[in-house]
Amino acid sequence: MTEQEERGRRASGMSDKLAARHFSAYFGQLRAIHDVNLTFPANVVTAIIGPSGCGKSTLVRCLNRMHEVVPGARTEGEVLLDGEDIYAPEIDPVQVRRRIGMVFQKPTPFPTMSIEDNVSAGLRLNGAALKRPERDRIVERSLRQAALWEEVKDRLRRPGASLSGGQQQRLCVARALAVEPEVLLMDEPCSALDPISTARIEELLFELKARYTIVLVTHNMQQAARTADLTAFLYGGDLIEFGNTRQIFTTPARRETEDYITGRFG
Amino acid sequence: MKDSMAKADSGSASGEVGPAGAAGGGEAVAAAAPGDLAKAAELGARVKLPVAARGKIFEWAVYGATGACIAIIAGLFIELLANSWLSISTFGLSFLWTSEWNPVTNQFGALPFIYGTIVSSAIAILLASITGVMAGAFLAEFSPPRLAEPLSFVIELLAAVPSVVYGLWGLFVLGPVMRDYIEPFLQRYFGFLPIFAGTIYGVGMLTAGVILAIMIVPTVTAISRDVMRAVPNSQREAIWALGANRWQGFRMVVLPIARPGIFAACILALGRALGETIATTMVIGNRPAIAASLFAPGYTISSVIANEFTEATSQVYLSALLELGLLLFIISVIVNGLARLLLWTIFRPMES
Repeated sequence: MTEQEERGRRASGMSDKLAARHFSAYFGQLRAIHDVNLTFPANVVTAIIGPSGCGKSTLVRCLNRMHEVVPGARTEGEVLLDGEDIYAPEIDPVQVRRRIGMVFQKPTPFPTMSIEDNVSAGLRLNGAALKRPERDRIVERSLRQAALWEEVKDRLRRPGASLSGGQQQRLCVARALAVEPEVLLMDEPCSALDPISTARIEELLFELKARYTIVLVTHNMQQAARTADLTAFLYGGDLIEFGNTRQIFTTPARRETEDYITGRFG
Repeated sequence: MKDSMAKADSGSASGEVGPAGAAGGGEAVAAAAPGDLAKAAELGARVKLPVAARGKIFEWAVYGATGACIAIIAGLFIELLANSWLSISTFGLSFLWTSEWNPVTNQFGALPFIYGTIVSSAIAILLASITGVMAGAFLAEFSPPRLAEPLSFVIELLAAVPSVVYGLWGLFVLGPVMRDYIEPFLQRYFGFLPIFAGTIYGVGMLTAGVILAIMIVPTVTAISRDVMRAVPNSQREAIWALGANRWQGFRMVVLPIARPGIFAACILALGRALGETIATTMVIGNRPAIAASLFAPGYTISSVIANEFTEATSQVYLSALLELGLLLFIISVIVNGLARLLLWTIFRPMES
């Protein structure tokens, strides 16, 4: 594994923002992730690919401690954020999630909130009340970063659920960005979207990686090939191969990887 | 005709076994008349009507059931109106704001009863909505699942206790507790408010309100728990992923989504409080007077009907009691109507 990691690190030439160390995840007795070692360098899009049920969603949910909200779920090993273990006993998972944002598979705008309230929802969690102009500024900045501002600037008070599916997903991206996380986890963010909305999200990834460390879970290999700098292939809860995206897709080192990317299974 | 169809078909279907046949037979039996049912049982066969006929029968049954509900409500209203006509024509609208209730002189006014009904129910819904929503939130969001199940069972059991038992308990347990502890406490610290001033009896408006609250709290709890549980988990995870703790997630996401349902739960419970008779009668004191103090005895519409119906000797007395029934009916309709209106105007725009 270390050899693979080394290859990934060399390929990116960047420092590690986030890293899983001998990490395993369980649902009750079932081990969904087996002793995974994986690094996510800063300002890089890292894709996690693999067939359905391979554990890629579970893995990404472990990276911001969302796995443990499922009853019976538990983990072993470390996840290091800037070298600090987020699973250390003194660490509050709530604080971890403020630093590591997440966008889910299906758009989840809060139905009772307006577009601007959706974006600023995370800002209200800190306890400190923001002044109106400050809040408006953050809302605009986040919506611009999510490439949604031009489409919604005249209807910020309308319900978030009134937007189209693709717009809702970008609203969720804006909502995650508003709290200025350091890492952005995206769990199949395009699986419920049409091709045009998918293209918009993919463009967005290019712009966002200048500021954030991005982990993208996808079942769509073309998407990984188009957008990711590094790619990890996960199969049956094991990390099979990790490296430069081009290398993974052109000269995979492992037989399973080759079988998967050439469509022999999955 | 229905009969012949069932018979004709039962022959062909008699050899049929297995779950599909059983399900089809069940449907046909449910829709068919009792005669058919008996025959089907006799033959030991699984009755199966043609699909089109089953659809038609179901359609009629649906229309019939709906029509019956409307007919019952209309009939009830007309009958109440007709029987209270003597009282309406004798006292006119002043029945609504006259306080005198004197069977000896045949002078009847409904105001103390309207007041008592509304105030006791208002106390009940105030206490029950706060307690019930908090209990529902605990069961749905905060308690460990292993605790939630038995607790829910116990709370729902409260709804199954007959109201006369509540009345008895209210009279012998709650009444003395109110008289000796709670009401003196309220008077000592909030006695400057007219509602907590005056003589303490133990039985009275406040005790009736508390008993009603206890009776309706299971309704509020169970329904608010269900509507909170119905909030999709993806919503909770979305707010947690932003860095919300459980309480923040509840307040910002779960509660707003569940609010219309919680509101509906309170209205349903209020409906029960308005019509509740026996328990209220046993603890409210049964005095047709309007007092500023909540410690003073009062009277509700349903209590006076239950108490005096058998001793209503004159026509106009009986008619006045029936008019009270009509009033209670109208109050319930108004409360439910207002609630509907509120649900439409306040909550609808947020949903789309």
